[in-house]
Amino acid sequence: MAVALSLQNISVTFTAPSGGVGYTAVRDTTLNIVDGEFVSIVGPTGCGKSTLLNIAAGLLKASSGAVSIFGEPLCGINTHAGYMFQTESLMPWRSALDNVIAGLQFRGVEKIAAAKQADAWLERVGLAGFGARYPHQLSGGMRKRVALAQMLILDPKIMLMDEPFSALDIQTRQLMENELLQLWEADKKSVLFITHDLEEAISLSDRVIVLSAGPATHPIGEFEIDLPRPRDVAEIRMTPRFLELHEQIWSAMKAEVLKGYQQTKNKLVI
Amino acid sequence: MKKTPLWIWQILLLIVLFAAWHILTAPGLVPNFFFENDDKAAFFFGEPLRIFKAIWLWFSEGEIYPHLWVTLQETVLAFGIGTVLGLGVGLWLGLSPLASKIADPYIKAANAMPRVILAPIFMVWFGLGIWSKVALGVTLVFFIVFFNVYQGVKEVSPVVLNNARMLGASQAQLLRHVYVPSATSWVFSSLHTSVGMAFVGAVVGEYLGSAKGVGYLIHQAEGTFDINTVFAGILVLTVFALLLDYAVTYAENRLLKWRPGQSETV
Repeated sequence: MAVALSLQNISVTFTAPSGGVGYTAVRDTTLNIVDGEFVSIVGPTGCGKSTLLNIAAGLLKASSGAVSIFGEPLCGINTHAGYMFQTESLMPWRSALDNVIAGLQFRGVEKIAAAKQADAWLERVGLAGFGARYPHQLSGGMRKRVALAQMLILDPKIMLMDEPFSALDIQTRQLMENELLQLWEADKKSVLFITHDLEEAISLSDRVIVLSAGPATHPIGEFEIDLPRPRDVAEIRMTPRFLELHEQIWSAMKAEVLKGYQQTKNKLVI
Repeated sequence: MKKTPLWIWQILLLIVLFAAWHILTAPGLVPNFFFENDDKAAFFFGEPLRIFKAIWLWFSEGEIYPHLWVTLQETVLAFGIGTVLGLGVGLWLGLSPLASKIADPYIKAANAMPRVILAPIFMVWFGLGIWSKVALGVTLVFFIVFFNVYQGVKEVSPVVLNNARMLGASQAQLLRHVYVPSATSWVFSSLHTSVGMAFVGAVVGEYLGSAKGVGYLIHQAEGTFDINTVFAGILVLTVFALLLDYAVTYAENRLLKWRPGQSETV
């Protein structure tokens, strides 16, 4: 199988404001995602998960190491990838429909043709008839659906998702997770999914990668998730195999989570 | 009991104010308690009835229209030019940190300077016609719009910006589809202030030297101690400013409908 996204020995050091030795967020991380694979990254808060994703998206340049997309070295923005952000990313001055067509519009697609496609996508994410609403007139879950349609309309080969559902309530979240799985199974794209929620990671993914606590984050464990597909994220959580995997990954993660917690606590004391 | 609508109280208050004004100024109506002479109150404060008569004559004989038209032209031009300049410079400095650092002390100095003292210079440069007033209004409007746009560009959500970049927006498209809409919403939030400032620039400019405009009418009446006409001019300007403000509110509601307002129901 072809490798869709490959990060080779990535290190990221941010320069300190004073010009001294900076903060190393990620150190020597290597990561490969096969075409059509759903990979989740879990790790303690503040460990540099989003930094890794921004590297893959081309929004951030790595201090050292190489990124390649389908074998081609990445320079500038990763045009094969769609990105779903943790926080509000829709343009508040555009209606839902105009937000969904934004990507096509930037590529010079004619407005009428673009609007037709966008309508179809809004329907696929369950928002038929909501095209004229502005983001502030939609609920949090609906805004996430718009963001999903906005990304998928461009048919990206790789989907980068940064805790996209973390702001949603648990019911809406499971709904969205199921919908994401359905859309993903329809035309298998490669997904790099970031979350701090281990259950979310296991129920969605083919593979879960555990990161160490920051600074200088690197992968400390990798777990194949051999649960059958198609899955229902709510039901699969009850199966013995799920619990077994959860137990395994959690025991690998626990020390790091505690370490991360101690560090944040110490920072607060200072 | 049914509640009396607010506007009835507002009208009543207006009537009471004008009645009090009339009673206190009309010669011979109440015994003198401040001025030794009956006519002095009317001389200093005008008489509402005569003021209304002056206004009536202005409108019925049509004398006021060309003056109002000139003032309106000056206001709209000052607002338009000031907004475009403020938007352009605000975007430029907002997007170029180096330029903004270099320009910073000059912007501060120019904003701190009392702009009204520039009026004589503008009169020398642009003559007594409308352009010297427009120039004065522009200097007032420019800084309001400029600071708002500058702030607006600085506060564009980095997530919205990165999202647009991931969706494939070029630099030019980012400017057009992210920076400008974001900045315009800030411009609109300052619209009331900037239209008001354009109006101030126009009227003050006319007052200082012109041949047309409501400010000119006031200045002329003042020259002949015709206090009633001065007050008539002030009243006309006030109503005019109120109408402008309503027009702005209307435009704002039309153009900023994407903004979250108070709760809305279908």
